[in-house]
Amino acid sequence: MKIAIASGKGGTGKTTIASAMAFSVRGPVRLLDCDVEEPNSHFFIQPEIQRKEKVYSLVPTIDEALCTGCGECGRVCQFSAIVSLGKKTMAFNELCHSCGGCARICPTGAITEIQKEIGTLEIGAHGDVEFVAGRMDVGQAMSPPIIRATLRHAREEGLTLIDCPPGTSCPFVTAVKGCDAALLVTEPTPFGLHDLKLAVETLRVLGLPFAVAVNRSNEEQNRINEYCHEENIPLLLQIPEDRRVAEAYSRGEILTAVLPEMRAALAVLPERLAALSIERNLP
Amino acid sequence: MKIAITTSGSDLDAPLDSRFGRAPKFLIYYTDLGTYHVQNNEQNLNATQGAGIQAALHLCKEKVGCVITGNCGPKAYETLKAADITVCTCAAATVGEAIEMFKRGELEAIEEANVEGHWA
Repeated sequence: MKIAIASGKGGTGKTTIASAMAFSVRGPVRLLDCDVEEPNSHFFIQPEIQRKEKVYSLVPTIDEALCTGCGECGRVCQFSAIVSLGKKTMAFNELCHSCGGCARICPTGAITEIQKEIGTLEIGAHGDVEFVAGRMDVGQAMSPPIIRATLRHAREEGLTLIDCPPGTSCPFVTAVKGCDAALLVTEPTPFGLHDLKLAVETLRVLGLPFAVAVNRSNEEQNRINEYCHEENIPLLLQIPEDRRVAEAYSRGEILTAVLPEMRAALAVLPERLAALSIERNLP
Repeated sequence: MKIAITTSGSDLDAPLDSRFGRAPKFLIYYTDLGTYHVQNNEQNLNATQGAGIQAALHLCKEKVGCVITGNCGPKAYETLKAADITVCTCAAATVGEAIEMFKRGELEAIEEANVEGHWA
């Protein structure tokens, strides 16, 4: 089973929950850090990195001797990453989404796709917790190819936890799309609720079953409870607002090091998420 | 020669728009005839990326020889250069003023982009 630990708002506690879950569940588990622009779950998992893999994306290169300047490549490109100006065809590879359309449509075979290095995967383990983190190279602008490369390391059997990037745009969608269920982590602030709603709307479009976890739960939590109740969204986990949690976090310690009583609630999450159906989340 | 001036309006009194790729309109001016027509750039105004490249491609098809704008980024500049279109940056208030400055030879062509790309 693949579980996405996601949120709309950043800094709500995705990594805190994903790493604590990894150490609390029974059976084989692998954590994929798909927050490739700022992967940080290694601070909490503290894995021994066994190997690294480079991540590449395909970009076009143009053989000017074969190019007739017909402009078909520029017409097929949806991202202005290649343009033909009659006598000269130019590629802007930082805008390329690697669809390969230009190379396929070129009638003279003037365009070849070449590999461009865009990131690295770090693969390792800490005890029984297997670990893969994607890391985007500095200067790159598009994270989905690195997220997809990280997701290819999901377990065939057993449990895979996916620490997702924040937001609700392409990186978020790429990370959650292939999952069986998502746990949306939020906090009881107006911002937390606002971005939770955006994430809920996105997951409903994707048709993914999901539940909510509230981090830093306090007396303000009514706003989240009311929303979840109105929208018929199960609220599966609450982590209390507790100074000890923040202190442990700042030392890179796992949540359950200071709140061991959370272990049971974290351990049953996969089972409870597996029991959710898509219908359950309809408003 | 045909020159293109970035603007938000539709005549010579309209303000010069400082943006190139995301200028709402281009006023295409014929220096020999003193006439002009206006090209809409709305499609690029809302593009997620590549607005400068597409605007440059558009002006290449329009066969203009020179662009007068406020700022020009690296991708737009590269594309315009490849199409042999000179780029003049100008701080004039209106399109008409910019054209007068161009006619008096007061505008100098830039040799490289004068602002950074939005991905930088």
